[in-house]
Amino acid sequence: MPEKAIDPIHQFNIERLMPFHVMGLDASFTNASLLMVIILALVSLLMLAGTSRRSMVPGRLQAAAEMSYEFIANTVRGTAGQEGMRFFPFVFSLFMFVLLANLLGLLPFSYTVTSQIVVTFALAGLVMTVLILYGLVRHGTHFLGLFVPSGIPILILPFIVLIEIISFLSRPISLAVRLFANMLAGHITLKVFGGFVVALLGAGGFAALLSPLPLIGIIVLTAFELLVAFLQAYVFAILTCVYLNDAIHPGH
Amino acid sequence: MAAPESQPVGEVGLPDGGHQSNVFPPFDAHNFVPQIVWLVIIFGALYLLMSRLALPRVENILEARRTRINKDLDEARAMQDQAQAAGSAYEKTLADAKGRAQALGQQAHDQLHAESEAKRHALEADLAQKLAASETQIAATKAQAMSNVGTIARDAARTVVEHLTGRPASGEAIAAASSAIERN
Repeated sequence: MPEKAIDPIHQFNIERLMPFHVMGLDASFTNASLLMVIILALVSLLMLAGTSRRSMVPGRLQAAAEMSYEFIANTVRGTAGQEGMRFFPFVFSLFMFVLLANLLGLLPFSYTVTSQIVVTFALAGLVMTVLILYGLVRHGTHFLGLFVPSGIPILILPFIVLIEIISFLSRPISLAVRLFANMLAGHITLKVFGGFVVALLGAGGFAALLSPLPLIGIIVLTAFELLVAFLQAYVFAILTCVYLNDAIHPGH
Repeated sequence: MAAPESQPVGEVGLPDGGHQSNVFPPFDAHNFVPQIVWLVIIFGALYLLMSRLALPRVENILEARRTRINKDLDEARAMQDQAQAAGSAYEKTLADAKGRAQALGQQAHDQLHAESEAKRHALEADLAQKLAASETQIAATKAQAMSNVGTIARDAARTVVEHLTGRPASGEAIAAASSAIERN
């Protein structure tokens, strides 16, 4: 069935809205870039316009901004301690970006930025870069103690160190792939169910009577995807905090 | 996805086919660079906006509210203490006044009691004295009256004897008779 309308992969196509090259770099403004701009605008609207009045008794938007602030602040403080609060703006930006990207992706005709593995890998790589740099600057070579658990017999130490290094290196991969795969799978499922509705209606007769069933499925799945969208943003943020905590306290 | 050449022709001919290859879009390396470029721009801007503007502002708002709430709570606590102090001061004044009033009442009561006792004693003594005087007088009068009775009897006896005998009666005999009667 080469029909574009019900091709569940079509929604992930990158379309260059404004082809643009600078210094040999392909910096074309794509539909994904458009969504990123919208994310930036919405987060800024919430956090800047919402708090512009600095009311003692918050309005709705300011209450939402304060709630996001305190939610992430509590998460960071809970997992990475008071010292982790220096990364609070970073974790907050990550969480808001991923959350908005996931949520906006659920809107019809929109685009899911986080369904692009390059985006999630870039974010995960950024997290790892930040924590390695911070760990090395703060603890110097002591940071490498992260890979050498104490109290291990010298005989098996090389294997443990190897395992620790592999587990460390797999962190950005799991971080990136988890978010990417969740978003991708969710959106493909939604599209496939949508395709069922169209196909059943198109078939006519008795099959058309069955078409509301996948529609109900879509409604349920959309609610589920809303949960996943929030949950994945939260998981991304809290894992970032956990990894940052390792950089702050490298000893096991 | 792995073998693009085996795909049906219809799927290859996507609308902007110039850019779209037949690779699964999220894995299309052709699209990696613009995505990263824009991610860096947007995420960098987001981070700057959040860390420089938005989050300090929210922090200030929350801090101001916390300070305000704590201040209000402290004020309320101070006022409560004040009210409690005023209440206990009032209670103490009331108790003092009650005690004073009671002492005053007791004192007045005792004084009146003593006064009335004294008056009663004086009155009783006076009355007793008067009673005694009256009794003396009565006894005197009675004695007088009794002595008069003897004289009257003797006179009456003399008169009776004179009338009966026709001659003056002997005073001595009458006196002897009357005293004999009085003795009885």
